[in-house]
Amino acid sequence: MIKAILIFNNHGKPRLSKFYQPYSEDTQQQIIRETFHLVSKRDENVCNFLEGGLLIGGSDNKLIYRHYATLYFVFCVDSSESELGILDLIQVFVETLDKCFENVCELDLIFHVDKVHNILAEMVMGGMVLETNMNEIVTQIDAQNKLEKSELIVYTGLFCISQDFSQAGLAGAPARAVSAVKNMNLPEIPRNINIGDISIKVPNLPSFK
Amino acid sequence: MALKMVKGSIDRMFDKNLQDLVRGIRNHKEDEAKYISQCIDEIKQELKQDNIAVKANAVCKLTYLQMLGYDISWAAFNIIEVMSASKFTFKRIGYLAASQCFHEGTDVIMLTTNQIRKDLSSPSQYDTGVALTGLSCFVTPDLARDLANDIMTLMSHTKPYIRKKAVLIMYKVFLKYPESLRPAFPRLKEKLEDPDPGVQSAAVNVICELARRNPKNYLSLAPLFFKLMTSSTNNWVLIKIIKLFGALTPLEPRLGKKLIEPLTNLIHSTSAMSLLYECVNTVIAVLISLSSGMPNHSASIQLCVQKLRILIEDSDQNLKYLGLLAMSKILRTHPKSVQAHKDLVLQCLDDKDESIRLRALDLLYGMVSKKNLMEIVKKLMTHVDKAEGTTYRDELLTKIIDICSQSNYQHITNFEWYISILVELTRLEGTRHGHLIAAQMLDVAIRVKAIRRFAVAQMSALLDSAHLVASSPQRSGICEVLYAAAWICGEFSEHLQEPQQTLEAMLRPKVTTLPGHIQAVYVQNVVKLYAAILQQKEQAADVSAAQEVTQLLVERLPQFVQSADLEVQERASCILQLVKHVQKLQAKDVPVAEEVSALFAGELNPVAPKAQKKVPVPEGLDLDAWINEPLSDSESEDEKPKAMFQDEEQRHAKPRAPEADEQELARRREARRQEQANNPFYIKSSPSPQKRYQDAPGVEHIPVVQIDLSVPLKVPAGMPLSDQYVKLEEERRHRQRLEKDKRKKKKRERERRGTRRHSSLHTESDEDIAPAQRVDIVTEEMPENALPSDEDDKDPNDPYRALDIDLDKPLADSEKLPVQKHRNAETSKSPEKEDVPLMEKKSKKPKKKEKKHKEKEREKKKKVEKGEDLDFWLSTTPPAATPAPEELEVNTTVTVLKTGQEEPRGEEQDADEDREQDLEKKPSKHKKKKHKKDKEERPKDKRKSKKKVPPTDEEAAEPVENGTLDEEPLPPMSSYTLLAENSYIKMTYDVQGSLQKDSQVTVSVVLENQSDSFLKSMELNVLDSLNARLARPEGSSVHDGVPVPFQLPPGISNEAQFVFTIQSIVMAQKLKGTLSFIAKNDEGSTHEKLDFKLHFTCTSYLVTTPCYSDAFAKLLESGDLSMSSIKVDGISMSFHNLLAKICFHHRFSVVERVDSCASMYSRSIQGHHVCLLVKKGEKSVSVDGKCSDPTLLSNLLEEMKETLATC
Repeated sequence: MIKAILIFNNHGKPRLSKFYQPYSEDTQQQIIRETFHLVSKRDENVCNFLEGGLLIGGSDNKLIYRHYATLYFVFCVDSSESELGILDLIQVFVETLDKCFENVCELDLIFHVDKVHNILAEMVMGGMVLETNMNEIVTQIDAQNKLEKSELIVYTGLFCISQDFSQAGLAGAPARAVSAVKNMNLPEIPRNINIGDISIKVPNLPSFK
Repeated sequence: MALKMVKGSIDRMFDKNLQDLVRGIRNHKEDEAKYISQCIDEIKQELKQDNIAVKANAVCKLTYLQMLGYDISWAAFNIIEVMSASKFTFKRIGYLAASQCFHEGTDVIMLTTNQIRKDLSSPSQYDTGVALTGLSCFVTPDLARDLANDIMTLMSHTKPYIRKKAVLIMYKVFLKYPESLRPAFPRLKEKLEDPDPGVQSAAVNVICELARRNPKNYLSLAPLFFKLMTSSTNNWVLIKIIKLFGALTPLEPRLGKKLIEPLTNLIHSTSAMSLLYECVNTVIAVLISLSSGMPNHSASIQLCVQKLRILIEDSDQNLKYLGLLAMSKILRTHPKSVQAHKDLVLQCLDDKDESIRLRALDLLYGMVSKKNLMEIVKKLMTHVDKAEGTTYRDELLTKIIDICSQSNYQHITNFEWYISILVELTRLEGTRHGHLIAAQMLDVAIRVKAIRRFAVAQMSALLDSAHLVASSPQRSGICEVLYAAAWICGEFSEHLQEPQQTLEAMLRPKVTTLPGHIQAVYVQNVVKLYAAILQQKEQAADVSAAQEVTQLLVERLPQFVQSADLEVQERASCILQLVKHVQKLQAKDVPVAEEVSALFAGELNPVAPKAQKKVPVPEGLDLDAWINEPLSDSESEDEKPKAMFQDEEQRHAKPRAPEADEQELARRREARRQEQANNPFYIKSSPSPQKRYQDAPGVEHIPVVQIDLSVPLKVPAGMPLSDQYVKLEEERRHRQRLEKDKRKKKKRERERRGTRRHSSLHTESDEDIAPAQRVDIVTEEMPENALPSDEDDKDPNDPYRALDIDLDKPLADSEKLPVQKHRNAETSKSPEKEDVPLMEKKSKKPKKKEKKHKEKEREKKKKVEKGEDLDFWLSTTPPAATPAPEELEVNTTVTVLKTGQEEPRGEEQDADEDREQDLEKKPSKHKKKKHKKDKEERPKDKRKSKKKVPPTDEEAAEPVENGTLDEEPLPPMSSYTLLAENSYIKMTYDVQGSLQKDSQVTVSVVLENQSDSFLKSMELNVLDSLNARLARPEGSSVHDGVPVPFQLPPGISNEAQFVFTIQSIVMAQKLKGTLSFIAKNDEGSTHEKLDFKLHFTCTSYLVTTPCYSDAFAKLLESGDLSMSSIKVDGISMSFHNLLAKICFHHRFSVVERVDSCASMYSRSIQGHHVCLLVKKGEKSVSVDGKCSDPTLLSNLLEEMKETLATC
């Protein structure tokens, strides 16, 4: 079982948190902080496993993480999961994000955490691995996006007709389109986490199919 | 209306969406909290609007805020509103928010039931999908109960996308609503063979998760998983299955044997490291589970170790880490094979990754030997010096101590070296483990007599050196070693070179900065030293020196008297007074040394903590007997207040006069002792172990091994001692070796021949190294005539100890009687220890089962069917593994029959059949040769697998040998009765049902060839009645017989099993049948037949089921049972044997027994409860029965009457 999936950046800012066991909001924040503390002090070239912290720990639990540019992807799992398998799963996750966001970067995760959740939901469900085949995941995500788009066109169309305030449709328009239209004045542009560029040593594994 | 809509969208225009919110937060870094609370207010406004899009947008923002740690449970209702939106876009937002913040305590969650149900049955697969995903995160027991059925239907949805989600979520449903597991399981199992790999993987996932918690319930799936393992190419699935097998093998060693080969193949063939690693892990688990049974699997171990070495040598840190982790598992059972890779492990100690270093340290623990201990510790010591972080350094320190002290200092050959290592460790600043070092010092100094002189010298040096005292004691725990040092110097002061100097060191003013408990030890040991010095000086007649020492003490002790620590203060003032007294005496020129040293006379000997228990009770001593006649209760009660009164009176009279008159005191003490002895609540005082120890005859003369040290005791100058010891030790060993070689040479010369092997092999094995000093522990600790027992190794708090119940005879009988091994997979496979919880489970089950009886019928059947499959499947292990031949045969019969009786099961069945055929050839080949042997071995084999089951099983299988086993007080009983007999063959039979098959009974027929002919082509046929039918192979008509799956050479007997389907079980019945066979001898072959009548008694439908008294009482109270009773006169048998007989012949178990009255319980295969109350009178027995079916009960009682009549 996967107990939790956390994504945070190099400063410990959460970018996604998914707990498969109920914790209060405060505990969740503590777990994120603790995990960040454990993970961030490790060197780049050390192994990707460590015994869990106090909160989400327990002898059975392990933290398995990967560090991509500015982001840490941390999976907290128990002993029924294969360590190397989960490492692979993280890789699949990131590659899927990369496909869905076209060259994913931290900003994508910041502004579209809901989408990241949706992608994750196609891979892990209730703490159990649902799908590991990237193509299958992407297909399902695309289909859902299409469905969403068709609904919104109808929806926004309705509004455009009923009112002359044509802008009203903006809020409901696909989020990506919105952010493309509006010019974002962002203080910092983080590095791309383009998977292809990152030289992470992946153990000699064929991708799970 | 239109206006409202317009207004709504005007508002919306100014709404923030999620991106705006995120941007806003980023732009308000300095007053984030304020900004967010403002946003939350806006969101609250938005939630009040009717427009679902606005609401969804608001909920979406809330989800983001939840991630930042804001509680959004107040919006739970709005979230539900958004969940119920018709548009997928909004629905998804709603479900996401719900999955992030709903939990079991959310009260509005019950409102979602219908919405979720609607979504689950939505025509759009994505609506269903999103509902399933959401539900998986917040399912509650109520939701699980209400929706279980809907989800179960979804498991067979046409779209694999839904199927796999439905399968996965079932695990969550099971967790919250366990009752759903049984009905859903068959379908779940089907999904293991789903055409879609995703669904298959999900099913494997769920079953693995389930099986991890209760592996034994899933053993029966092993064949299916085995098939998946050999056929699947999906690494995820493979990993899960292999992990699952790792959990199953400890329960079923035969499974392990079967697994080794395919796993080894996988290890060789796979290129995926993750798979390789899991394979290795499971092979290790298999090897561990087999380690006792199998002679060796060195090839497999070698393969594992070799592969792990590759992992460890890999540059990838992850593989290195996992390799070390797995290596430590092998180490536990096969240390030798890991030790070969010591170099690698030591190399990992230098790794920059701390996790890897820690793993390597773990491994080191098991790798040390006498030969390499010094080397390894030396290496660790350099690491201690290098280590930067205190945590890692502390870890190293504890490991060094662990490694050295493990199994009674087994690996230490030179204790001087060890002491110097400990002393070197004291130079670690800021370690938390000072007390560990101290404990080691004390332990070694006390237990290794030969080392004391050296230890004392080192300790006095420690006391003398300032650094320990100087380091601030509050922060560092290292000053703890001074505790040990002071004690050792005091206790063994006779070995001190310069006692005076040490004494002065211990009286330094700085000592008062140490923690209280250390100061206390200082004070006490100062006196010991003082006594030693006095003795020395007086012997030398150096009066002034003696007085000087006394003076020193008188001057310095007051600093301790002022201590804030009670203990220190108390001891110091006592001792100060004593010393002052001594001073007075000294002034009068009285020799005092003798008397002062008398304070500490006697040598302290180490005693094992368990020594007391092991002292045998001397002959003739009855510890339970009264020493004096007990006083009556009233007396002792009277005495108490009196004593108190006296006490008080005294106090009033003479408040501060402890020396009340001696006689009175003695009298009172005696009285109190008496009273205590009579008072059960008082813990009786027993002589202290030490006293006992001294009293025991001959203990004084326990041999203390005196060793002449070949190593100089004088410490070579220059501090890093341990290194020098390493060198010295090497020299010593070299000398030893030379000597040995010399001796060997002589020997060889004498013998000349044959021993070449020995001499040419010059490797120094562990055993060759004789330790320089010996730990006298084992010889010294125990009293001479201590009883060897392993009893005390058990931890009284061990939870499993509770299972270690001495089962009362009748119950025990009932337990072992009924279910034969090969028929009931469940009971036979659970390891012995688990018998008890199993019982408990069963006893609780009946009620539940009753309820769902019907609906589960089919499923149950299948389960057991599988169970038998498993047994069969397991027994087809390759011949190399040599399974018990008996088992093979029996299993054959079972399965052959089954194929006849059960509906086809598709490909799998075919595969099974193939195997069956293979199997059948095997035993028949061996049979002729082995048969004699089989017969002898059979009892043994059976015993092995089912240790608790002495007589019955044996006799059941071999009625011929009846009565050979007479160790038990009970008369031998056999449930096998004669069926028919002629000159060729004798048939005995027994009928057994099992709880899992409610309309089937198995008839085991033992066929014994009584002739000189070879019997073959045996076929059994029965004339079916309406109520009972013989299960025949598929495709055969009701008139066809069932072939017996074996042939009988002359004089041989074997057992065949036949399954009958029974409609009603309330009446006994008889079936006519015929056994036809061909008898072949030298003169030719003849066709023969033998008619018989199979008698199905009502008893044969009962299955012994244990029942607990509370469940039993509830059952009786329920009032659903009808009652009947019988009485049998003229019974001479003892009640105990009587019960055993009922248990055996009528398959009851004893629930409770009080004197000559017992309640008993049993269950029929169709779930009727049968309760009995058996009472024994003078010469009669009355049996009152209660049963859910009156007819069944009266028939049962009639049968019982017959049995009892023979008693």
